Formats: sequence, structure tokens, C-alpha cells
Amino acid sequence: MNDKGKIVTGLVIFAAVVTFPFWYNLGKAAPPPEVVLTEKAKAAGECVLPKEEIRAEHMQLLDVWRDTQVRDGQTVYINAKGKAYTMSLSNTCLDCHSNYKDFCDRCHVYASVDPYCFDCHIDNPKEGE
Amino acid sequence: MERSRREFLKIAGASAAIGLGARPVIEAVAAATGHQAAPEAQVAHHPEALKATRWGMVVDTRKIESAEQIEKMVEACHQEHNVPMLEEERHRIKWIWETHFHNAFPSQSTDRVSEHLEHILLPVMCNHCENPPCVRACPTKATFKRESDGIVMMDFHRCIGCRFCMAACPYGSRSFNFRDPQPFIKEVNLKYPRRMKGVVEKCNFCEERLALGQMPACVEASKGAIVFGDLTDPDSEVRHVLRENFTIRRKQNLGTEPCVYYIV
Ligand code: HEC
Ligand code: HEC
Ligand code: HEC
Repeated sequence: MNDKGKIVTGLVIFAAVVTFPFWYNLGKAAPPPEVVLTEKAKAAGECVLPKEEIRAEHMQLLDVWRDTQVRDGQTVYINAKGKAYTMSLSNTCLDCHSNYKDFCDRCHVYASVDPYCFDCHIDNPKEGE
Repeated sequence: MERSRREFLKIAGASAAIGLGARPVIEAVAAATGHQAAPEAQVAHHPEALKATRWGMVVDTRKIESAEQIEKMVEACHQEHNVPMLEEERHRIKWIWETHFHNAFPSQSTDRVSEHLEHILLPVMCNHCENPPCVRACPTKATFKRESDGIVMMDFHRCIGCRFCMAACPYGSRSFNFRDPQPFIKEVNLKYPRRMKGVVEKCNFCEERLALGQMPACVEASKGAIVFGDLTDPDSEVRHVLRENFTIRRKQNLGTEPCVYYIV
């Protein structure tokens, strides 16, 4: 009995099926999203942290803000440049970035993250949907 | 391979010396390539923040003439904190509410209380106990006693809705969000976040207002019936009032040591 032919054909089909998603998406990488800055943010010119840092670390920053504000009662954040901000998600971040859908959400949808913060934090951007 | 004890010790000693010597070298290299710590960001209190070692409250029921007066306090508090107004009693969220003497003070009440006590209404809320049973019950440390000022805090971010704290609290000071509260908030205060279905909430002694230098909302609305201040400061107004009046605390015999006192 020699099933060599069948086995090889089977393996080839198997390999093709398993790698199909890679072939299918080849060259179609979704472009990174363009975020829109509000007039207010443009006027301010800079974020709480330098651009690269805030982009990569805003969740950690928010975590620190939340713990310091709720657990230690401190409300003011002074960044490395010495500029002071009130540590508030709705009233600081979303004051400059009041266009949640065209700013925060553009990235989050792309990266498939869904922060649950706005179930409670006001300025509920999901409300209008 | 044979190796004498002496040789082994020499090698071991030399390796240790190299290990210890390497650290400054690595640090020097790191510093030269720009890996030193960036200037640190800092956090601070609001310049006008009110501070105390142990916040406490004295409610002078002699100055409460009508139920409306308490309703004003409740409204001020619930407006400040976006507390929903739910129709059904069992779903209702309460941070501060009014009650009768025999409910607030079951062990101090008798079958024949004075007419005065029978008629007075008292505002009740979280007692911010010195020895809070809810904090011991909480499995996630969502509820904790803040060391700096004694406020029994809720960190809503950590609450998993297990309701152990509600079972532990002898004062019924905690409410659970059985329903999504958002449709039931009449006027939204943008300065304070809301809550969601499945978390517990309660009075926070207006911690967020104290942090900005304001007195609690109910104290402001009470027109002098509630005195608020530092219990550890002998010169504070609360201590004056406590020195000059006979006061009682709720369910004192349980040993929770409430920080809310009542003049009845
Ligand atoms: C269950 C409701 C709830 C959720 C969900 C929630 N928060 Fe909060 N958050 C609150 C409340 C209530 C406060 C105010 C607590 C206080 O000061 O007493 C707060 C305070 C904060 C603060 C400080 C004060 C302010 O106004 O912003 C930050 C920062 C914060 N939350 C960040 C977050 C982030 C980030 C998320 C999502 C990852 C989140 N929160 C999700 C309820 C919530
Ligand atoms: C004073 C206004 C202001 C505040 C407050 C502010 N931002 Fe920004 N933010 C900006 C500006 C301006 C930029 C664009 C920075 C640049 O291009 O260099 C920016 C950029 C960002 C980016 C990167 C966007 C990109 O293009 O990749 C993120 C993420 C971000 N902000 C999040 C936050 C968060 C989270 C908070 C609250 C902790 C916050 N911002 C508070 C003004 C602000
Ligand atoms: C440059 C793209 C970008 C922008 C702009 C951006 N985010 Fe994010 N955000 C991300 C990514 C990517 C993650 C997930 C990171 C991870 O999971 O490690 C994330 C995660 C978060 C998280 C943590 C979520 C979780 O469930 O752990 C919060 C909170 C958050 N973002 C808030 C904001 C807010 C508020 C804004 C607008 C002011 C914002 N982000 C704008 C890219 C962005």
C-alpha cells in the first residue's frame, strides 16, 4: 500500500488552509488611524506628556491619576516640565480632547481596546450612538 | 578533573569581586548612553485643600426644624454626587437620608420616648467609623480607611459588587446599584463621575470637595445644623461643640467608633 500521493496532497491542502489568513491579508495592512486635534488642543500645543510618551503610556498615566486622586486625595499633577494639570479624566483629558470619537476612539477601534471608563465618567461619548 | 579546595575558593572569590565591581561600570555606561532617570513628574494637593487627621461631624438636631431642612441637605448631596432617584424603594441609592430617633438609635430608644424624641428627624449617613467593619469585609480593598484623614473611602474602580460591605455595615449606609443609574439622574453634575450597575456606593464625606477646599455639601446646606471639622484638633469647632454638649453616636456598643455625633 502506498498512500504517499494522498498524504502529500493532504498536507499541501492543510498548509494552504492554515496559512490562508496570512495570504488573504497580504499587503492589506490597515493604515494607522489619523487622530483629529480639537482647536483647544491645537491652541495648547502640547499634551500632558511628550507625544511619544502619551501615545504609548496614557493608560498608565490615567491609572496613576486615578489612584492618586481617589486614594491619596491629591488633585494636581505637575509634569516633568513643571506644568500643572488637574488630575481628571473628564475635566482635563476630555477638555482638550473633547472629540472623543475622532480622537481616543479612532485609535481604540483600530487597536481593538474598549475602555469601560465612560460607563461612569461623564461627558459620556458613547451616549449619542 | 581534580580541583583542590584552595583553588575552588580562589575562583569563587574572584567571581564575586568581578560581580560587585561590575555594577558601577554598568551604571556609568548607562549614564553615558542617556539612560538616566528623566526629571520626575510630581503630584500635589490643591493649594486650598482642607486637611485633617480625623474628619468628624456633629449633627445638632435642635437646629433641625423641619423635614424640608433635611431634604435640602439630601438634595445638595445627591445633586453633587449624581445619585440617581429611583422609584422603587428597594432599588433606591442613598448617601444621606432622614430617619426617626428609634431607627437611628435603637438601643438608646425606649418604648416610651419623650415627645421631643418621638418627633425629631435626623439626617443619617456613613459614620466613617474609626474601626470600620465594611473595610474588613471588602475583598478587593475597594473600600478602605484613608490613613491621612480617616475618611472611609470607596474606590469605585475596584468594586466588584460582592456586597460584603453592605452586610458588614451596621448602619445600612451603603447602597447597591441594582439598575443602571444613569437614566435616573435628573441633573448631571459634570464635575463628579457617575456609577454603573453592579457597584456599591455611599457617602464619602465630600472628599472631592475637601480636596478643593470646600466644606461638604450637606454641611453647607444645613444652615449651621451640622458642624464639620478635625476631631483630633482640640481647637476645632467640632471639638468645641463636643465639649459643650451631650452627644450620642449610633450603635456605640458595637465598637465601630463612629465619627458622626448627634446632639438630641
Ligand atoms: C464604576 C464607575 C467608574 C468607572 C467604570 C471608572 N471610574 Fe474613574 N471614577 C469614578 C468615580 C465615582 C470617581 C470619583 C471618586 C472620588 O473622587 O470620590 C472616579 C475618579 C477617577 C479619576 C480621578 C478624578 C476624575 O474626575 O477623573 C480618574 C483619573 C479616573 N477615575 C480614571 C478612570 C479610568 C481611566 C477609568 C477606566 C479605565 C475609570 N476611571 C472608570 C467612577 C468610575
Ligand atoms: C492642554 C490640552 C491637553 C490635555 C489636557 C491633554 N492633551 Fe493629549 N494632546 C494634546 C495635544 C496638543 C496633542 C498633540 C501633541 C503633539 O502633536 O505633539 C495631544 C496628543 C495626545 C495623544 C497622542 C495622539 C497621537 O497623535 O498619537 C494622546 C494619546 C493623548 N493626547 C491623550 C491624552 C490623555 C489621556 C490626556 C489626559 C491624561 C490628555 N491627552 C490631556 C493636548 C492635550
Ligand atoms: C495613538 C492612539 C491612541 C489614542 C489617540 C488614544 N489611545 Fe487610549 N489606548 C491606545 C491603545 C493602543 C491602548 C491599549 C494598550 C494596551 O492594551 O496595552 C489604549 C488603552 C487605553 C486605556 C486602557 C484601556 C484598558 O481597558 O486597559 C484607556 C483608559 C485609554 N486608552 C484612554 C484613552 C483616552 C481617554 C484617550 C483620549 C483622550 C485615548 N486613550 C486616546 C491608543 C490610543
